[in-house]
Formats: sequence, C-alpha cells, structure tokens
Amino acid sequence: MEYLIGIQGPDFVLVAADNVAASSIIQMKHDYDKMFKLSEKILLLCVGEAGDTVQFAEYIQKNVQLYKMRNGYELSPAAAANFTRKNLADYLRSRTPYHVNLLLAGFDEADGPGLYYMDHLSALAKAPFAAHGYGAFLTLSILDRYYRPDLTREEAVDLLKKCLEELNKRFILNLPSFTVRLIDKDGIHDMEKLPVGAK
Amino acid sequence: MALQDVCGLQTPPLFPQWSAPLSQSFMPEDSTHLFGEGIHGEAFSTRLPGRGALSPLEFYMPIAEYLTQSPINFGQISLSSAPTNLLKIDHQHPSLPSISLPSPTPYSISPSVPLPFTLSHGTTTLGFAFQGGVIAAADTRSSCSGKVACPASPKVLPIHSHLVGTTSGTSADCALWKRILARELRLYQLRHRRRLSTGGAAKLLSHMLHPFKGTELCVAATLCGWDGDEEKDEQPITEKYANTPTTQLAASDSCIQSAATQPFIAAPAVCKSPTQQVVKPRSGICGPRVVYVCSDGLRLQGELFSVGSGSPYAYSILDSSVYWGMSVQEAASVAREAVYRATYRDAYSGNNVDLYHVTAKGWRRRERENLKEEYYREKERERKRVAERKTEKIAILKCDDRDIV
Repeated sequence: MEYLIGIQGPDFVLVAADNVAASSIIQMKHDYDKMFKLSEKILLLCVGEAGDTVQFAEYIQKNVQLYKMRNGYELSPAAAANFTRKNLADYLRSRTPYHVNLLLAGFDEADGPGLYYMDHLSALAKAPFAAHGYGAFLTLSILDRYYRPDLTREEAVDLLKKCLEELNKRFILNLPSFTVRLIDKDGIHDMEKLPVGAK
Repeated sequence: MALQDVCGLQTPPLFPQWSAPLSQSFMPEDSTHLFGEGIHGEAFSTRLPGRGALSPLEFYMPIAEYLTQSPINFGQISLSSAPTNLLKIDHQHPSLPSISLPSPTPYSISPSVPLPFTLSHGTTTLGFAFQGGVIAAADTRSSCSGKVACPASPKVLPIHSHLVGTTSGTSADCALWKRILARELRLYQLRHRRRLSTGGAAKLLSHMLHPFKGTELCVAATLCGWDGDEEKDEQPITEKYANTPTTQLAASDSCIQSAATQPFIAAPAVCKSPTQQVVKPRSGICGPRVVYVCSDGLRLQGELFSVGSGSPYAYSILDSSVYWGMSVQEAASVAREAVYRATYRDAYSGNNVDLYHVTAKGWRRRERENLKEEYYREKERERKRVAERKTEKIAILKCDDRDIV
C-alpha cells in the first residue's frame, strides 16, 4: 500500500515517499507527507500501522531535537539511526510494539551521505539504495540493475522515475503522486512532486 | 491503567486481575467455555478475572434481563448469537452462584456472506471546509446487533463554541472522550487565555487515545472548527461573506437556522477571512479546519473527510460537488444530499440528518431533518419528471405529424 524509496549518491541522498493516507479501502488524503525532519540534514521516512508511524516518528524527532538543545550539536545520521533502532528494539518485546518500517537518510560532514534501512523488527542496515512496501518487490531489481555508486543527481532522479513508472504499470494499487526530497551538504531540498507516469 | 492516569486517580487496583484488559479474558469463542459444564476446572479460574481468589464479584445478585444485553452504541455491530442467560450455577463451586460479565461486542461483524473489507462504524458522518466555514453533518441511527437501537441519536457533538466533532464507533466511547476533550480544552483556555487550535485539539485527543491502542476502544472523530485569533481587532468580514448567515435566514427552508444553544465567547474571534472567491487561500493561523482523529492513532488534517460505513457513498457525492468557493446554502445542501444518498444505500445509516455550520462566530445548528420525507419527495420529483418528458415527447410527435401533413 505504502511505498518508500531511497537512493544514495556520492554526495547526496535522494528519497521519495507516496502521498496516500488510506483507511481500509478509502483514500482519506492525497497529499500526506510521510517524511519527518529530524534535523537540518536528516530525514526519517516512516510507514506502517496507522497510529504507530506518527507516534514513533514524532517521538524520535523530538528526542533528536532535545539532544541538540542539550549538547549544542546535532546527532549524526549514524547515531540517529542507531538511536531509532534501539528504541524500536526496546518496544519490540513489550506489550505495545511499534509496527513501523523506516528509512533514515542523512548527510554527515565527516562521513558523507548515508541511507539506513530499518524494518519493524528493528533490523538496521546501511545500504546504497532501499525501498519499503509492496512496491519494493517490483523496484528493487531495477535499482540493482541500474544503480552505480557515482550517480549524478539527474541520473538518480531518472532512476527514481523508472521505478515509479514500473509501479504505475504493474502495481495493483493507485499511487498517484510522490513527495521527493534530496539531502546534500546544503541541507534538505524539496523537489517537485512526481506524478506517476512522468517521463 | 491508562484511564486512571488520564483521570488522575491514584488508587491501585485491589485485585490486579480486574485491570486486565477485557480482550484478554473474553473472546467470543470462549463463551462456550464459560457456560459449559466446566470441562477443565483450571480453564474457569484462568479465564475469568478474580475467579481463583474469592473476589468481591462472586456474590449473588439478581440481574435484570436488559442489563445483560450490550449497551447502545453507534453502529457497534455485535455477534447476534450472544447468550443472554448469564446467571448460572457454577458446578465446580455449587455454594457460590456467580455472575459472569456480559461478553463484549467486537466491532467486526461476521455476516453469512464475507465482506471484502472490514466494516466498522455503522454510520455516515462527514465534515468539510470551504470559504464560508466548516460544515459537519451526520445521520442519526444507532444500531446494535443488527437492529436500530436509537433512531434519533446525535452524532455531531459540540465541544466548545468554535469546535464540533462528529462521532463514529462506539457511542459510549465517543461521548466520554468528547467530554474529556471538552474538559481539557476548557482547562487550556483558562490557563493560557486563548483557545487551543483544532489541530492542537486533535493532537491532544490522539495522544489521549494512544494508550488504548489495541483495546476495544473505538472512536473515529472528525473535529471541525474555526481557528481564530482573538487579539486581532474586530475586522468586518468582506461583504460577500459577512451576511451569509443572516441573509440565508430570510431565504427558503433549506437555509441554516440558528439554533445555537451555547453562548459565544465574549470577544468574538473575527479574523481576516480570505478575500478570494475561487483561489483556495492558504491561511496559516486562522480559518476553517477539519481534522480526522481515530483511536488506532491516525490523525489527518485535510479539507474533506467522511467516516463510517456510509462514507464511500458520501465521498462519491462530495468529491464531485465540493469546492472552496461554494456558498453556505450550496454547502449545506451538498452535505445533506451526501448523507441522504449514504442512508439510502447503507443499512446502518438512516433516519435523520444533523447539520452544523461553524464560522468565525461559532457553530450554528440546523434543525434535524427526517430523510424519509426527502425520499418520498425525490420519488415524487422523479415521477413528475418522467410525466413531463412523456408529454414533451407527445407534443414533439404531434408537431412532426402536423409538418408532414
């Protein structure tokens, strides 16, 4: 139903998420933003069970901001990813586990761009590209085939468009538009929303 | 328990088993165990709370028949085969005749033909924002076990002078949580000397409901309100929109009648309303707001929401007819028509329609309208139209004959 994708380049990370907020068979909202800004250069993309996504993502968001207030500097993407994973793991064996799938994308001055894949069992992996949702089954092989570590920004957007076209063609559900954002050393940039079918 | 945290109660439970959520101890399929011959003695003591130790629940008390039935709720559809004779002698301990608690009503039905999707919330409610404020509308049917428990239940509940909430789910839960929300908003207003915004109220409700996620609490509300800035000077709303409530009063019967029973806040929250008619303004702070809050945690801010089993039918009417620049009269008639069409098709919605209109001055309630009459009016209109078309055709044919001849 929901779809997240991230592609890491040599000095940027490109992320996209669909814009549908659904409740059983009804699309309740067509312009829902699934990305949460943790800091100036870190984005958390969150999908999963209805209330858990917002609750968990906002909890992580506020804690990352609290860290900055307390210590004067921001958490690095790797630290934020591990912090998120730790919280998810702590709740996993409680009475109220959070059923969320996450992508964390960020840019660190020292380490460069980073994309972290996390699933609801709190498995964490740093990956050059990643996707969540049923759409991932259709698009991961496209990413495998065309991804190169030295992609330019335009090439990354083209690769993203290829993936979204495939979704439009083969995915049973209608995902009309996607929010696209790019993170590099200058921060988070909003790119124009991609309607499916864009060439 | 979470409710104790919310209400500030400090007393620890006397028998910890009582605090166990109901869903743990009672499953519909377990009812056979409770009323059976006592297959396994252990099964009894582990299933019922307080059964092992002699808890105060185990005393004899005659129970009236109606108390064993599930409470009236909004479209909470229970399994119709719930046994009502709960007063049984326990064969294991014949000296202690005891009562078991009535089985809960799960909110998913099990009809003979399986549905393609889960049908919860037997109701039709809707709310949308437009240039003249917010319209909130709902039907008035409460169903229970496949029967209409109450044909005239209010599903749009005012929370404060500038906020109404439509309710869907369990009616008891909705009524309680609306009152809790109203209390919290009033406290906020007293402490901070300003009203909490609709988004803030939605966030508050969502966070209050979050501890109950996974239990059988079922509340799906659409908060429709007007966020105003009370410090601003009283600026007259632009001419087009200023007199919409009052001019409509003199108009035909489909207008909004002022039946607001609550007094408005002393300093009326009049903010600069948008001057464009067609272009949708992106008002940041003040203006109409619609936010959907669900007990499973979903919280969405938008411009048009419909909730309940009749919502797909209502959506199809609203999606084509609602636009930002519509007039108040138009909006009210569209909302009414959407609820009417939903009640026509959906078995769990019906009876009357309630309509509320929220503006900068507060909410106004329109008189409850019985949709049965609308159904007959429409049938009459249809019949007239068919008759007219027939006479037209005959007239055309006659003209043609005259020409030919």
